[in-house]
Amino acid sequence: MDCVVTGGNVKVLAKAIHSLSRIGDELYLEPQEDGLALRSVNSSRSAYACFLFSPLFFSRYTIPLGHAFRCKMAIKCVQAVFRSLSSLEKTVEKCHIELDGEKSRLTFTLHCKHGLLKTHNLSFQDSESLQAVFDKESCANMLRAQPRLLVDTVLHFPPSLEEVSVSVSGERVWFRNHVDDEAEQSKAMLTELCLSSDEFDHFAVGAQTSITFCLKELRGLLVFAESTGLPVSVYFDEPGSPVVLSVTDSVLEVNFVLATLSDDSNLCNHNNNTKRARSPPPPDDFMTDDIDSYLIAMETSELAGPSDALAPRCPSSNHTLTTQPSVDIHRRRLERGEEEEEEEDTEDTERPPNKKFRSLFFGSVCPSDSQLTNQTIKSQEVLASDSEDDTQASLP
Amino acid sequence: MKFRAKMIDVGCLNHFTRVVNTISKLTKTCILRLTPNNLYFVLSGKVASGGVGMWCELSQANFFDEYQLEGVAPDANEICLEVTPENLSRALRTSQNAKCVKIKLTKKHCPCLTLVAELPTLSSVSRVVTHDIPVDVIPRRLWHDFKEPSMPDFDVSIYLPPLKTMKNVVDRMKNLSNFLVMEANLNGEMNLKIETDLVSVTTHFKDLGNPPWGDDGSPGRSQSRDPEVMAHTRVDIRKLQQFLMGQQVNPSKAMCNIVHKRIIHLILLHEDVSLQYFIPAVA
Repeated sequence: MDCVVTGGNVKVLAKAIHSLSRIGDELYLEPQEDGLALRSVNSSRSAYACFLFSPLFFSRYTIPLGHAFRCKMAIKCVQAVFRSLSSLEKTVEKCHIELDGEKSRLTFTLHCKHGLLKTHNLSFQDSESLQAVFDKESCANMLRAQPRLLVDTVLHFPPSLEEVSVSVSGERVWFRNHVDDEAEQSKAMLTELCLSSDEFDHFAVGAQTSITFCLKELRGLLVFAESTGLPVSVYFDEPGSPVVLSVTDSVLEVNFVLATLSDDSNLCNHNNNTKRARSPPPPDDFMTDDIDSYLIAMETSELAGPSDALAPRCPSSNHTLTTQPSVDIHRRRLERGEEEEEEEDTEDTERPPNKKFRSLFFGSVCPSDSQLTNQTIKSQEVLASDSEDDTQASLP
Repeated sequence: MKFRAKMIDVGCLNHFTRVVNTISKLTKTCILRLTPNNLYFVLSGKVASGGVGMWCELSQANFFDEYQLEGVAPDANEICLEVTPENLSRALRTSQNAKCVKIKLTKKHCPCLTLVAELPTLSSVSRVVTHDIPVDVIPRRLWHDFKEPSMPDFDVSIYLPPLKTMKNVVDRMKNLSNFLVMEANLNGEMNLKIETDLVSVTTHFKDLGNPPWGDDGSPGRSQSRDPEVMAHTRVDIRKLQQFLMGQQVNPSKAMCNIVHKRIIHLILLHEDVSLQYFIPAVA
């Protein structure tokens, strides 16, 4: 692999890495035919981000022929290469990323002014593919706004706020802080910001709905979007389905996929205010706080299933050192997944479901054929809903 | 019980925000007393607050364009709430460019002080931010705890040196000792002293001037008092530091009354706000 980034794009690359560092600890790097994909996921698998830089972003873009190359690295190491953004702008003329297959190293060489060369040799681990399955186009609701609007919105919430709830109706959108702990509810300050659809570049709402997700990861995207000035698109469905935040331009596609709370209990925060047009909140009945039920349904291509049938050409280099552990993890998670699905069936009939963040769905994707990738995505469902077909859908 | 108020003027909003910021730096919770003419932020000098007392009085007409109050009873036309000023501060912070800010007492999941700010936008519809700040309503039988403190029978009253200077001095002294002695006399001299086993440091201020209390205050003692003699009080240095740290409003008058070995009474006066702070002596 051999890529060169020049001029202002170096800073964009650096910002992307800093943005990804707010999601997870590891950077997954995958040179694809359609571009270089940089991805990260958080430890609870409830947030995923992907920056896809098209070949046009680079002044040179050569990827290894034949077997697909995928790796992951500690993101802090990569951040260290692009440490000071302001000095990057002023001194770095180009950045050369090269794969040293023999030594299992990725070399980042920064060509700076006055002939100065800074070379960073970063070791990596082979890794499985990391690709969340999501389909933006099928989402019922879509908003697009200038990043400034969203930055101004989150400004009203304290930096320590974990979760934010977003509610939409035909004409308006409300951002509220979500109060998690029942004990805190009576003491916590509640903040709500109401924006009219006028302020958005695009405002398409299918039905009145409300979703809750992690604000911290959103801030990561906003920092990036604001620096590029590109509008942010927000795609979402009902609670439980992930929210997808996208920033796109001709050479770059960024997708942040965040899990949302799978419960309407977030409506219970504001009960008596008649100004807000909202359906009456469901009975406030928090049975348990299932924090550890962050489902993780990470698929690896080693597992048997329809995906292998779809992609018989899955290269053998997928069998990495991490095969065994990831398979075990997956098995455990699947089991947990099944338990929870059983829970839900009864819960639906008796009482509102326990609140928990829905997992992000990670499909197995063989990157050697991007067409196949698209097919895979389209043929699979978006996140696990609480239907009984789930046990089938969880295996791709 | 009903309370509704509206602020339109940007200057008033900024000023009010600064006052609230100051209060939030002085204490985590305090009492907000609302009367037809004034707002008071009160901390009674109880053990819970370390014996520190605070009385901040704002004249409502200087801040609000509209102000409607219906107290708990016709003969007790006021409302007494326990609030966390930090919440109020946060709510005001991002509303500084609002076209209009309304504050009202509401009942949401619990009694709340609701702040609604209309923010300007490029479109025809404003952005509306609503903050619900939970408060506790203080019942009438406890109101006697939150009355205006009477002026103590002070020994010396003196104008304070510039607060910034005082703060710098106290900040450095805090590194050396937990206790500070403040002493002053009627000759306009004030000393801030710390003393430990290893070191003693004194900062001298001169020509500060003494407020002419005249018939107010306690003329008796001061008239017959030798102007050279210092009245001093030893206090917890952190309390004095906390007072100096939070100051965001530049007072037009700043003075201090010292009751020998008993209490330090700090008074900051501004056109429409007055702040009194009591720091008790430690042995």
